[in-house]
Amino acid sequence: MTRRYVIVGNGPAGVTAAETIRRHDAAGEITIVGDENVPFYSRPGLAYLLTGTIPEKQLFSRPDSDYARQRLQRKVGKVQAIDPRGHQITLADGRSLAYDRLLLAIGARALRPEIPGIDLEGVVTLDNLEDARRILRLARRAKRACVVGGGITAVELAEGLAAQRVETHYLMRKDRYWGGVLDPQESTLVETRLADERIRVHRGVDLAAVVERRGRVVAIDTRSGARLPCDLLAVAIGTQPRLDLARQAGLATGRGIWTDDTFRTSDADIYAAGDAAEVLDPGTGERVLDSLWSVAIEQGKAAGENLCGVDQPYRREAPFNVTRIGGVTTTLIGAVGSGARDEDLVTLSRGDSQAWRERLDAFAVVSDAGANRLRVLLGADRIVGAVVMGDQTLSRPLQHLIRGRIDIRPVRDHLIQRPSEVIQVLKGFAQRTVPLAAV
Amino acid sequence: MVSAVVMAESVRCVECGICTYNCPLGIDVRTHARLGQPVADSYCLTCGDCVARCPRGTLRLEASAVFDEGASPFPGMR
Repeated sequence: MTRRYVIVGNGPAGVTAAETIRRHDAAGEITIVGDENVPFYSRPGLAYLLTGTIPEKQLFSRPDSDYARQRLQRKVGKVQAIDPRGHQITLADGRSLAYDRLLLAIGARALRPEIPGIDLEGVVTLDNLEDARRILRLARRAKRACVVGGGITAVELAEGLAAQRVETHYLMRKDRYWGGVLDPQESTLVETRLADERIRVHRGVDLAAVVERRGRVVAIDTRSGARLPCDLLAVAIGTQPRLDLARQAGLATGRGIWTDDTFRTSDADIYAAGDAAEVLDPGTGERVLDSLWSVAIEQGKAAGENLCGVDQPYRREAPFNVTRIGGVTTTLIGAVGSGARDEDLVTLSRGDSQAWRERLDAFAVVSDAGANRLRVLLGADRIVGAVVMGDQTLSRPLQHLIRGRIDIRPVRDHLIQRPSEVIQVLKGFAQRTVPLAAV
Repeated sequence: MVSAVVMAESVRCVECGICTYNCPLGIDVRTHARLGQPVADSYCLTCGDCVARCPRGTLRLEASAVFDEGASPFPGMR
């Protein structure tokens, strides 16, 4: 019998799952339901749309012909409800779709602080293409913008607005940028670059209210009683997995939709993956959340295999991301955090992993050279995490040493005793221990 | 004789399309990048523009021996 697969979500986890299912099941009916009236696009690329680096049409990496070639049906609609017993979903326009296997790859949405004026049109977040279009539209007539929040998205918003020639102020609640993940010198490196881009960084500022006049944002008020005039407020305090559908269907949820290590939820025929899912990591026995493009693709692939019966438990790799933060190319891999709470983020931001905040028992080897900085965290027999800023010579070697859990005892003492030689030592060691083509 | 080829590591690619947008010959570098395939396009100039512009370090130029020096099809030319 032909199996009917319905995938809710047209992002990286959903589309990768659909493509994976098609590779294993040539006859199955695969339907992807997304609530945006566009084909698949690069969400991380929205940052480059805001800076004017690429035009909007460049974001679409899989045209409709790609769906057709793989016989993936794409429907546009908002899913209103799931009926787990009846094995069907209902869309807001009344249509219903029957499924044998359902995947919820519905992502996360940006949170907003609960303060007066937060729902005004001039207050923006960056979840999707429509948000980016709105920001660009508002930026055309804005003179001054404020950005609050932390992580990568806040800086992307600040840089995007500055690139649109809006006077941009980045407000931080404490004294430095992304304190849960970066060390003080790394924060300074980013803040210095933001200042070079004429973004004004304010420390110790806590947002109290958005001030409006005739429905338009005219200023923000801070908890210390100051008022800063602005036409636009961009907010990036974190994201929240979309849980409404799962809760309504009676699925087990926590911070995200709970799944086992095969992405199955508490209902045997419903799966979840990507930013919406809180997935059991068999390595630690804990459930984890990530908000990373590469993780969403890995999960989409593994979930797709499980949906069509290829038994494939998830093997979670050390989460990593390479991106520009304030113009500084930065690689983050594994556990690099201080364990401290991040005051500017209430949850994960996009392009973020809870793994980076972890503080493991490790020795930090640091190499500083002007605008370049390297921090490698040495566990007893492997590298548990690394931050590479600026010079990316070690980005790829560290990615493979950490993700491959390579035993570093042959060079560990050398690294601790002579940290100035860290680049040569690790580069050479990686070439000797991992396949040459990989590094 | 040594040539070069643009190699890609798909796990780093976020499909932003900056590579394709900047390719002087309009090669769809992104599709190679997201699939982790070398840019095996005979028109590729290996100018390195896509490598330099990728914000994620997805691409790299790698030397590739077109002809093995010891077995040159052009005797006398190394």
